[in-house]
Amino acid sequence: MSIQGWTYLLVGITFTVYIGIAIWSRVGSTSGFYVAGRGIPPLANGMATAADWMSAASFISMAGLISFMGYTGTIYLMGWTGGYVLLALLLAPYLRKYGRYTIPEFVGDRYYSQTARVIAVFCAIFVSFTYVAGQMRGVGVVFSRFLEVDVNIGVVIGVGIVFFYAVIGGMRGITYTQVAQFCVLIMAYLIPAVAISWKMTGWAIPQIGFGSTLIEGQYAGMALLETLDTIHRDLGLPEYTGAWVNGKKSMVDVLAITMALMVGTAGLPHVLIRFYTVPNARAARWSAMWALIFIGLLYTTAPAVSAFARVNMIETLNEKSYLDAPQWFKSWEGTGLIVFKDRNGDGLIQYSGNAYTNELTVDRDIMVLANPEIAKLPAWVVALVAAGGLAAALSTAAGLLLVISASVSHDLLKSVMWKNMSQNVELRMARIAAAFAVIVAGILGIYPPGFVAQVVAFAFGLAAASFFPILLLGIFDKRTTKEAAIAGMLLGIGFTAAYIIWFRFMDPTATADQWLFGISPEGIGTIGMVLNFIVAITVSRFTPPPPLDVQNMVEDIRSPSGTRDVA
Amino acid sequence: MVVLLSIWFIVSYLLGIVFVEPLNQFHLGGFPVGFWFAQQGSIFVFIILAFVYAFAMDRIDRRHGVDNILTPGRSKGSSETAE
Repeated sequence: MSIQGWTYLLVGITFTVYIGIAIWSRVGSTSGFYVAGRGIPPLANGMATAADWMSAASFISMAGLISFMGYTGTIYLMGWTGGYVLLALLLAPYLRKYGRYTIPEFVGDRYYSQTARVIAVFCAIFVSFTYVAGQMRGVGVVFSRFLEVDVNIGVVIGVGIVFFYAVIGGMRGITYTQVAQFCVLIMAYLIPAVAISWKMTGWAIPQIGFGSTLIEGQYAGMALLETLDTIHRDLGLPEYTGAWVNGKKSMVDVLAITMALMVGTAGLPHVLIRFYTVPNARAARWSAMWALIFIGLLYTTAPAVSAFARVNMIETLNEKSYLDAPQWFKSWEGTGLIVFKDRNGDGLIQYSGNAYTNELTVDRDIMVLANPEIAKLPAWVVALVAAGGLAAALSTAAGLLLVISASVSHDLLKSVMWKNMSQNVELRMARIAAAFAVIVAGILGIYPPGFVAQVVAFAFGLAAASFFPILLLGIFDKRTTKEAAIAGMLLGIGFTAAYIIWFRFMDPTATADQWLFGISPEGIGTIGMVLNFIVAITVSRFTPPPPLDVQNMVEDIRSPSGTRDVA
Repeated sequence: MVVLLSIWFIVSYLLGIVFVEPLNQFHLGGFPVGFWFAQQGSIFVFIILAFVYAFAMDRIDRRHGVDNILTPGRSKGSSETAE
């Protein structure tokens, strides 16, 4: 069967499973819709969190990015895993113990202020929408390459599927589809990685193959990473494992970006909300651990995939005749994601670090999708990767849409505008909000604002600078007042957004010398976070202390009675 | 918890970033050590930290005798009244 036939088959099967789960797990209460009735076991929640978290960016783009960045790709590997340590130790169990349905609700109660809650709602919605647009675009790209339908039709199909299971099944439907999606995406990631590792190094475990000796090709007998460094030197590129060499990010920038991504992870509402679905604080701790294991499975495989793909790509293409280029090269060239320009007219493909002699441009996003074809794996593996990419994008999109829906129906409508709304009406409103959000997400996917890809990275900076300090102080410092929280959130998100807008859109040619402390816009969330902390702590000391019941509530969240549910 | 967070900080920021070049002088199999910490080791350590924390907190819960309190909110009906 052809790649396309296999793709139709596998995508068809997985989509049927997702729809089946949605029908089986449909909900009829607000508790079921927002937090899956709090009945999700830690292991299942770990898988759901992993799928929720690992988006099209993790699955499709990350290994490709690392493959081009070498050591510097560490910012994504550590940045997108280390945050779970903060979550597990500092936030998840406490937020779960307090209960409630949404993060803005916690902010509003803890800081005894509707203003704080509304600010939190807007932060949550803004962060989630920027993120979701990128997912829908990812769905469209997979459809257009593997099923040869138009990108926009791909987006519409994706929207239809998410619409169905998010609107009917709410959090319960989303959770169990995410469990299924995790299984699909991790298999789709590991199978080709294991096969390629086995072929190239004789080790079936990619994490070991990554540090082993190549057994095939022109570099046989040399260690994989040593080979990469050699190839890079020969081509005039910075060494793959080199850290602070020319052409790579500076140490201070790597530190800042890693910190912003870690803290941003711990402040992203769609991740935090997952810990509301488990029965108690103890289950929240264990599900954070499971989530990290499942995420780690992909994240420790990714850098190995990057290294294999890098060697494979250069070995297959460099100094080879364009006319003899393999089939996958031609099909990706058709999508415009691989570009070959024969500058010296010799009919050979020359790849080089020198912009004037380099003849090959490869889009970073295609490395994972093209990798099985480059390594000549069978057609069904290629199709499985396509199904995995869709699973990654859809699972994240659904989680984000639920945050938007809950923020609108629960935090805005129910608490601010229409206080005595009945549960049934609230549930209907939540469904309408979810449907509306799905459609907006689809439109953003079809007409992506030019800056979507960049904005997704900035969503972390914004989450780091707004939510994380306020949640942490809210749990560990009972003296933090509402004035402090409002000032901290506004300054943190305002500063970060202003810096990003200035250096990305007003003055995009600025170099590291003009950046504040040499920190790029991707890493500025770290400074925003520090400012938020400083302002919040200072303002707290000059404003009247929080009411006694709020102080008692903070004491109670921290006391070790791990299983007490909401009062 | 302070100990666990210190390990988190040391492994990721110090071993993986600040001291990566001196550590790269050493090799572990085919890996330069600093590079390994940055792209592999740190993630393994993160998982261990989350496990140790969940395990240690369970023991603290047990010492305070709060591990066996039945959890409300499991069934649909009771969760509605609990919220």
